[in-house]
Amino acid sequence: MGTMFARGLKRKSPEDGEDMEGGLAGARATPSYSLQRQSLLDMSLVKLQLCHMLVEPNLCRSVLIANTVRQIQEEMSQDGTWRVVAPQAAGRAPLDRLVSTDILCRSAREQEGEHPAPDVGDGHMADLVPGLAVVPSAQALRSPQSSLWEVDSSRENRGGFQKSLDQIFETLENKTSGSVEELFADVDSSYYDLDAVLTGVVGSTPSAHASGLQAFASAAAPPPSSSCRSDLGELDHAVEILVET
Amino acid sequence: MEQSYVVAEKFWPLLRVLFLAQEASIKLRKHFFPFSPLWGFEPQASPLDSIKGPHTSTQGLGPWCSPTGSPAPLSCETGCGEGSWILVCRLLVPTQVSLLSMEEDIDTRKINNSFLRDHSYATEADIISTVEFNHTGELLATGDKGGRVVIFQREQESKNQVHRRGEYNVYSTFQSHEPEFDYLKSLEIEEKINKIRWLPQQNAAYFLLSTNDKTVKLWKVSERDKRPEGYNLKDEEGRLRDPATITTLRVPVLRPMDLMVEATPRRVFANAHTYHINSISVNSDYETYMSADDLRINLWNFEITNQSFNIVDIKPANMEELTEVITAAEFHPHHCNSFVYSSSKGTIRLCDMRASALCDRHSKFFEEPEDPSNRSFFSEIISSISDVKFSHSGRYIMTRDYLTVKVWDLNMENRPIETYQVHDYLRSKLCSLYENDCIFDKFECVWNGSDSVIMTGSYNNFFRMFDRNTKRDVTLEASRENSKPRAILKPRKVCVGGKRRKDEISVDSLDFSKKILHTAWHPSENIIAVAATNNLYIFQDKVN
Repeated sequence: MGTMFARGLKRKSPEDGEDMEGGLAGARATPSYSLQRQSLLDMSLVKLQLCHMLVEPNLCRSVLIANTVRQIQEEMSQDGTWRVVAPQAAGRAPLDRLVSTDILCRSAREQEGEHPAPDVGDGHMADLVPGLAVVPSAQALRSPQSSLWEVDSSRENRGGFQKSLDQIFETLENKTSGSVEELFADVDSSYYDLDAVLTGVVGSTPSAHASGLQAFASAAAPPPSSSCRSDLGELDHAVEILVET
Repeated sequence: MEQSYVVAEKFWPLLRVLFLAQEASIKLRKHFFPFSPLWGFEPQASPLDSIKGPHTSTQGLGPWCSPTGSPAPLSCETGCGEGSWILVCRLLVPTQVSLLSMEEDIDTRKINNSFLRDHSYATEADIISTVEFNHTGELLATGDKGGRVVIFQREQESKNQVHRRGEYNVYSTFQSHEPEFDYLKSLEIEEKINKIRWLPQQNAAYFLLSTNDKTVKLWKVSERDKRPEGYNLKDEEGRLRDPATITTLRVPVLRPMDLMVEATPRRVFANAHTYHINSISVNSDYETYMSADDLRINLWNFEITNQSFNIVDIKPANMEELTEVITAAEFHPHHCNSFVYSSSKGTIRLCDMRASALCDRHSKFFEEPEDPSNRSFFSEIISSISDVKFSHSGRYIMTRDYLTVKVWDLNMENRPIETYQVHDYLRSKLCSLYENDCIFDKFECVWNGSDSVIMTGSYNNFFRMFDRNTKRDVTLEASRENSKPRAILKPRKVCVGGKRRKDEISVDSLDFSKKILHTAWHPSENIIAVAATNNLYIFQDKVN
């Protein structure tokens, strides 16, 4: 299991076709993995946005973060993880998720039922994160081969995403830098669990990895509802609603 | 990646605190700004000036890192092995003086003591941002975030004070860069000194290059102990007299005066960089140097400030396609035509300026294939190279990335000949380190004089040394709290999983705000300078 996680995480797309296969079969199908990958993506996007608020950001840092976002989005669009993550983000918000993502989800939930025009979402996204392979991945999602609900959910997700990003930055701007730190400080403990899964290396021993996963599960699962697994049923429901509207 | 904590005899640090820094800053105040009128830098009047005390009366450039009042015993602990490291002095960035305002009626020593014990009183501007020995090792320059350059000079050796062989005292301090505002872009340009490079000494004066994000300056640092007296064309205040009143011609004479060290800006190389300068490097022809920013490298002649040659440009036509930046660059120590630069993708390119004017094609490309078992989303970030240094011999290149330091043979491009783990225990914490941005810290690395040992920094005020011959390594700590005067400072160990032994530090208790990014090694002797936030520690090999 541990090795599968490590192998499943890939860095550059073209060279590692074989790793992708392993990842698809195992690690990436795991809801907690996608959840964490989504958290990482969210965190990276927040960082990028903060970079872009500066006139002259640290270019090296921004480029590295942007490349990370590219990797995640490539992987997500390739293994179709958008299916799991997107509706979940749009449909319901687990209470105990990391702060940054929590905010994103809250906004998305508020937006439930609304369908922002895709073009607006696109334009804004590109604007938010220049230099990203956002557009290609979006195109992949919208390609004729994609099923209808994929398009919808991604659109929903993206619309909610940009809106919530706006919200975040509004709050960030209104508050002092101290509160920004607070916002991120809360994230800390959960990311220690994230480390175990995302870096993959820790889990070289299966037991250690399992415990890391458990820790994450207990941290990430919303207390009132259930674990990620039972969410999948509700996901279908959420997707249905989305498609209907 | 075996973590070897064999206590290398060679590196046992015997810590000897030769001074308590609380008195240093006061003394320094006196000879801190002796040269201000020459280039318009006025020291701010400090309430300290009115403090009368034994410590403010020191004249001249006295040793500021040895206490006048508390002579420390100087015998070493016995039993330490050959080549032990001892703390020679800890030098504080001097601006703390300004914090001692409005306390005139309190004993200055007490104030100083309490202030200096509390690291949190150091301001952002005091943080040391670069450290560099000159080519003889006689001088040591530091730059800080406040735009100042402080030059330390090695204490002259004397027979009755053999122990003070490696001590460095403040020689000169000057404001190299000031904060600026770019009105076109509406952005502030920080005064922080990113790099300092010495020029080889050619006469009595010393020359150095200092750079912030945008502008490189050439400084001349020279001594003056005589001044002309007896002009009668001007009055005492320097105003020209009415020629009609001058009836005789007097020849001025040179009279001795107190030694004064002047720093004067001789050249300002500006307006050539759109991005942030990360490296400067003096060519071995001593006539040119290069400055590298995130996307371009420029070649300058020391005599020409209004133009430079662009020798590397990796800026894509469309900035949205940008995926790689230049992180460091350096000239070959002997071959004036070749230089290397490193990138954020973990690669190093060696370029030959004879090949073409614009070196957009490298002559050598050093890259190590990625280890699939360590692959993660952070692979690229941690492989980004933060520093690149040629060995003194010119045969090897050393690169530092986030977790390792690597030595490359110029003749082998496909993998490094040596890889040393600096803090591999952080591999499992990468997500947190990404979240708190530590993963983007730019650690530097240095060679010793004979290219046999390499040194680089880590967190928690730790720094690491690797002996390339014996393959031994050691973790040392540059910290005031853990250094009893004269005590042997043990090598530090970080506990990696499992049970934590008594003297080990667990990974979770490491302080990531205390990082050693900048170190320097004396060009010929075993004396090292380690910058820990606002402190500069100087250690030396005990036996020498």
